Amino acid sequence: MSDLFQDYSEAAGRTGAYDEMFAPGQKARQSYGQVAGALRELSLADVSARADSMARTFLDRGVTFDFAGEERPFPLDIVPRVIPADEWDVLERGVAQRVRALEAFLNDVYDKMTVVSDGVIPRQLVTTSAHFHRAVHGFEPAGGVRVHISGIDVVRDAAGTFRVLEDNVRVPSGVSYVLENRRAMAKGLPEAFGQQLIRPVEEYPRRLLSALRKTAPSGVDDPTVVVLTPGVFNSAYFEHTLLAGLMGVELVEGRDLICRGNRVYMRTTAGEQRVDVIYKRIDDDFLDPLQFRSDSMLGCPGLVNAARAGGVTIANAVGNGVADDKLVYSYVPDLIRYYLGEEPVIANVDTFRLEEKEAREHVLDRLDELVVKPVDGSGGKGLVIGPDASKDELDALRKRIIADPRGWIAQPVLQLSTVPTLSGDKFGPRHVDLRPFAVNDGDDVWVLPGGLTRVALKEGSLIVNSSQGGGSKDTWVLAGSPQVPVEQLPRQSVTVRERVSVWPVESNWRDRQSEQQQQQQISDAQEVPANA
Amino acid sequence: MLSRIAESLFWIGRYVERADGTARILDVHLERLNHLPTEERRSVARELLGVMGARPQNEDFGLEELLHALAYDKHSATSIAGSLGAARENARRARETVSSGLWESLNTTYYGLNQHRKDVVGTYRFCHWVLERTAMVSGLADTTVSHDDSWLFLALGRSLERADMTARMLSTRDVLSAGMSWVNMLRCAGAYESFLRTRRAAFGDQHAAEFLLLDRLFPRSIVYALRDADDCLAKLDPSAQRVGFINDARRIVGQARTFLEFHRTDDLMSELPEHMERVQKAVAQASDAISRKYFNQADELAWVGEVS
Repeated sequence: MSDLFQDYSEAAGRTGAYDEMFAPGQKARQSYGQVAGALRELSLADVSARADSMARTFLDRGVTFDFAGEERPFPLDIVPRVIPADEWDVLERGVAQRVRALEAFLNDVYDKMTVVSDGVIPRQLVTTSAHFHRAVHGFEPAGGVRVHISGIDVVRDAAGTFRVLEDNVRVPSGVSYVLENRRAMAKGLPEAFGQQLIRPVEEYPRRLLSALRKTAPSGVDDPTVVVLTPGVFNSAYFEHTLLAGLMGVELVEGRDLICRGNRVYMRTTAGEQRVDVIYKRIDDDFLDPLQFRSDSMLGCPGLVNAARAGGVTIANAVGNGVADDKLVYSYVPDLIRYYLGEEPVIANVDTFRLEEKEAREHVLDRLDELVVKPVDGSGGKGLVIGPDASKDELDALRKRIIADPRGWIAQPVLQLSTVPTLSGDKFGPRHVDLRPFAVNDGDDVWVLPGGLTRVALKEGSLIVNSSQGGGSKDTWVLAGSPQVPVEQLPRQSVTVRERVSVWPVESNWRDRQSEQQQQQQISDAQEVPANA
Repeated sequence: MLSRIAESLFWIGRYVERADGTARILDVHLERLNHLPTEERRSVARELLGVMGARPQNEDFGLEELLHALAYDKHSATSIAGSLGAARENARRARETVSSGLWESLNTTYYGLNQHRKDVVGTYRFCHWVLERTAMVSGLADTTVSHDDSWLFLALGRSLERADMTARMLSTRDVLSAGMSWVNMLRCAGAYESFLRTRRAAFGDQHAAEFLLLDRLFPRSIVYALRDADDCLAKLDPSAQRVGFINDARRIVGQARTFLEFHRTDDLMSELPEHMERVQKAVAQASDAISRKYFNQADELAWVGEVS
């Protein structure tokens, strides 16, 4: 092993976490064989130069996120995160299962609420959720889909077991970095790809577009899809442009849209054009000033009514937030059993519901050992990690929990798994999570092989959010068999005879050659001095 | 296409061309400014700024301030840096429509702005770098964007701005008459060699002016640029091919062009400043008419320059 990893194992051992690349001792796991081999060939200077070049490419290409009004390149670490085929199989099934259960739950919540009448969850749980919107009660989504796009966050605990950390079925972001990271890695560290077959990710935009089109309002033959962005100052603006660009659809802002007669139109240079499907990248609260925040200029008045009336499909559906409320999360394993009659493939992280008196008292006694999260937060906002918090912070937190027990959950501090990450002049263990993305078209839940691996770049930090100094890694799902399936091989479909008849290749080629020779002769002649 | 995006593309075309034109003018005039005594230098610097459509902010306006105002001021749409920043910001807003090649070249140009020295000597290099970058942006726009409506809006912005810029170049000659030769004028427009090949060495001032005003084959002449703009407008509005209503923008552009083409050259030359002002006014009016017809929005839009 190269010097780059000399002290790595020891450092990784000290964290008490599961290391994705190195098993205890010095040996790289089998799935990392090719990556380890490629890195072993490089000196530290090589690795740094390549990492710099990857960062520069990101800046040039504008692969950035917006941080406090400043565009920053999203840091990509040079060591990929590798997931062997058998582990991915579990994740894929687990994620799809979860999406199906959440889909069923949302349908039920905005309809008969049998889940409440059957006593699986308390009614209050739903009605007190900040993202439960009565405005969409009784609404039947086109194609039966509410969760078109989801990002289910999973982590690996100290024992190496995958667990779901949270569900994102409102506007999960990050898939653009999955696509860009792969591009950058293929150029930055081609040796690591080697002989192994890594499952491709570029299928995502096509899958997404086809799911969006499939869930268009009924009666529309050739639906017009748009991506709705809050605008250039949104932190995920890059992603919005990338997805719209790769799907070949318009990226619109609220001011580009008009609702009339429960139909939606966009303003174009050729007049108004009907829009059938809106992939919204705006929070519900800002979507429609008639229904939600009346001061919002980001959305378009009338959208929600148009969707209710079946004039337009909004993806993901309005009101989905109730399913990724973190208190609802604690019931998802029950929901899977209730709706699907299956056992959960991936377990939850143990979660204390602070509404329950006993759990609350237990948690209040042990605040310094737990992670406490607001139930409707995202992006790591408002999260308190007990062991890292000061006494004052914990006291303040205690008061807030007592004032609003519905607003918080608590979980044990998980030692998220680590992956070697370049930091200064060596590789150090850094904690990672994983957000696989799933696309649901109503018939099938497709899970993008891999997903976004976020990495906490600060040593020892467990917070991986980009807004808090996190970066990312390319995520490689290894194909089970290194052989390319036969149908993917290029096929010989045109015979030589046929080809000659449509395109006289050979004779053309000769013309070209003689033309070049003539050109050559002329320039040779010109070089001869006039008086020679 | 979306009106908002069309507007962005139009302004990408304008801003990139503005950066190019300003760099050319600055490059040629700097050479002369350097030779002048201090006092005169100040007044010429002020005049030059005036021709470029801006006003000195304070009494103390000299060469250094001119460089800031025309080259490096990121907050002004008159300067090269400001124009390139604004072009990049517009491209960012239309990113899913412009090609990635075009976007990347604007983006790297924007990041490259910080790497140039702000003194007189550094500005020469800066201007040449800008000419190279804008040529690359233009080339990528022409070769990597489909020549559909999106490209037409870009080309429309470019040709209108080009007519405007050449008019300003010709105005500098008049304002800064002392010692400003036609040779330099032609150099501003990158037209010197083309002109020599067309006219050979036998020429006078009048021929040079004619060339920049009226040559139908040189791409930076005013008549050529206006014809280009008219072509774009015609393609954008194919309904108006035969008899009937021609939209405001086409009427304005067409009138400006035919006025120049069918006027006596002697008369044009003797009243050059007035005519050049007329061209600039026509460009502004055509731009307004295009906004009204194609970019109409419910909300008032403000064009964003630098976001630092």
